[in-house]
Amino acid sequence: MTESSGPPRLRVFLVDDHAMFRAGVRAELAAQLTGGSEGSSGPDEVVGIDVVGEAATVPEAVQKIVATRPDVVLLDVHMPDGGGRAVLEQVRQQLGAGSPVRFLALSVSDAAEDVIGLIRAGARGYVTKSISSAELASAIRRVAEGDAVFSPRLAGFVLDAFAARPDAPIVDPELDQLTNREREVLRLLARGYAYKEIARELYISIKTVETHVSNVLRKLQMSNRYELSRWAADRRLV
Amino acid sequence: MDGSTDPQFKWPLPAARLPQGVAISTAVNQGAGPGGYGWDHPVDPFVPRLHRRREGRLIAGVAAGIASHLGVPTLAVRVAFVVLLAFNGLGVLLYAAFWAVLPAGPETGRAARGRMFALVAFAGLGLAVLVARVLLIGAQPATAALGWLVALIAVGAGIIWHLTRTDQRRPAGAGPAATSGPPWLNSLLAETGRRAYLLRFVVGGMLIAGGTVGLAAFYAPVGGSRPMAVINGMLFALVALVGVGLVAAPVLWRMFGALREEREARIREQERAEFAAMVHDQVLHTLALIQRNAAPGSTAYRLARSQERTLRNWLYKPTGSPTEKLAAALEEAAGEVEDAYAVTVEVVVVGDADTDERVMALVAAAREAMVNAARHAGVPTVSLYAEVEPGEPEGTNGSEGKISVFVRDRGVGFDPASVNAGRHGVRGSIVGRMERHGGRAEIISTPGEGTEVRLTLPLTPDRKEGSA
Repeated sequence: MTESSGPPRLRVFLVDDHAMFRAGVRAELAAQLTGGSEGSSGPDEVVGIDVVGEAATVPEAVQKIVATRPDVVLLDVHMPDGGGRAVLEQVRQQLGAGSPVRFLALSVSDAAEDVIGLIRAGARGYVTKSISSAELASAIRRVAEGDAVFSPRLAGFVLDAFAARPDAPIVDPELDQLTNREREVLRLLARGYAYKEIARELYISIKTVETHVSNVLRKLQMSNRYELSRWAADRRLV
Repeated sequence: MDGSTDPQFKWPLPAARLPQGVAISTAVNQGAGPGGYGWDHPVDPFVPRLHRRREGRLIAGVAAGIASHLGVPTLAVRVAFVVLLAFNGLGVLLYAAFWAVLPAGPETGRAARGRMFALVAFAGLGLAVLVARVLLIGAQPATAALGWLVALIAVGAGIIWHLTRTDQRRPAGAGPAATSGPPWLNSLLAETGRRAYLLRFVVGGMLIAGGTVGLAAFYAPVGGSRPMAVINGMLFALVALVGVGLVAAPVLWRMFGALREEREARIREQERAEFAAMVHDQVLHTLALIQRNAAPGSTAYRLARSQERTLRNWLYKPTGSPTEKLAAALEEAAGEVEDAYAVTVEVVVVGDADTDERVMALVAAAREAMVNAARHAGVPTVSLYAEVEPGEPEGTNGSEGKISVFVRDRGVGFDPASVNAGRHGVRGSIVGRMERHGGRAEIISTPGEGTEVRLTLPLTPDRKEGSA
């Protein structure tokens, strides 16, 4: 697996404390190089994916990611010593917020706080570990291009977090509310639609769908609305 | 008074949306209004109950409240208070006593205070009365101070007493917001409430303590060596302390109880979280790995999936029973379909609702749709998405709430035109069922691209029939 010729290949780094899982993902991604990209709605020329490293612990991950500077880090949410969030924050700290290293959260976890916490810390998306290899490859490519990747479950979490409520006050309407269009896109995502299908359903281009999803991601990361409710939940037992 | 005593503080919206006017304030007066302490005997709507009025008040609304209760001009009551100042400051004492005892009136949305210059004018008048009195009769006798100290204690006790009553009105922290909204909302409100609570408690206590110390000092002047006076002072102080204790005890007891419960709940939650993290990491990962490596539909896959689902439900959704909550019922139905047909159902539910006969019919229709997808679509995954839209609060002309459920597969699909006769089950068990319960079912399918069943159910079908 060399990257001597041809189009640039994506360099992917795996962080997961389960060796078996890393091995599995590595093998599947390698198989994807030759296989087609079914389920992908990205550009037709398929960018190859190389796994350039892996780590099982937070310090090891931080050190190796800073050293190898991969395009995309596949990040396990749950790990000892602070989990994926610690990795993300420490790498950000060392490389600066503007670093081109992007993170995709990968988890068997269902807890909304964990997932949204990781997104708010800067991950570009979240997929479950039951995702098919083709879809995983497609998600990696999407994140590498700077888009956001929302699994149906994450879309549901986000709709919940931004639901109209009497409690969390809307401080900044730009950030604290989703537009109707963004809500529609999220609903279709939660219903299991691919970007291509959403575009067709709403009579918009795939690029527009991507823009909506990226805007939702930005709101999720910037808005204080979620932080407020989180803060309240954390402080419940003062 | 601060907002925590007033339930409407948390619900500014409905009040603000209603047309403001007399109709509302009388309606509130007739019932056990926010300040009413549950004196729910019928009240003549034309004689406002005695309470502190919020609109047009200068200081705390005592004079305005008394005036509107007695039906005399507010100005007269205010002048009376000022004139009473001449009698050892009786005006202030009375005012303070009324303030401590009278409940606050209902918020009518016109809570603006009176004009500032009026307040200044009355203050000037009061000062003039006092000066005139001193000039005419001479300085106040020393005993007048006694009344002031007693008044101080009374005000302090009044503050704490208000606090107790507020607490009784909303038992166990169940504010009006407790029924709706997520748990963190309640905790947030409870927290601000608690802070205000503590503040008032401290202020009340300080007033009482100040009055008590003053009393002691009054009877035992510094340097004085009369033993009887000292004993008298001590006695007064003791009585006052016992009084404070009696007033404060229930409040303190309740606060300590709440703190202890919260601490216990937190410890339980922490233990659970640690346990969940461990099980999560070891077992769920293994189950996920098995699923990745086993062929979809195989027994190993099916078992792993089923175990994962059971564990996950236990770890992350400890509340909600399938017979009570929509989300839990849908998860359970999806689980049954997964087990029976060896498919994976991705369940995403936004919001939740209590179940009733109609909601259970919706769940049954969704289950039927999942079974159809599992049997006919020929793909290993089915998506289920449900959303509960609560609609606008009653009384406003907003949209009514509804539940939407979408069951989608990316399977072979079918031509809807050719299927009416063939798939009898779909018509009866999905479309018919939904229509019988006031809902709607739509089946969209394209050969080769998959099928989506869209179910909608209004949350309240009976409202129109009931009001007609």
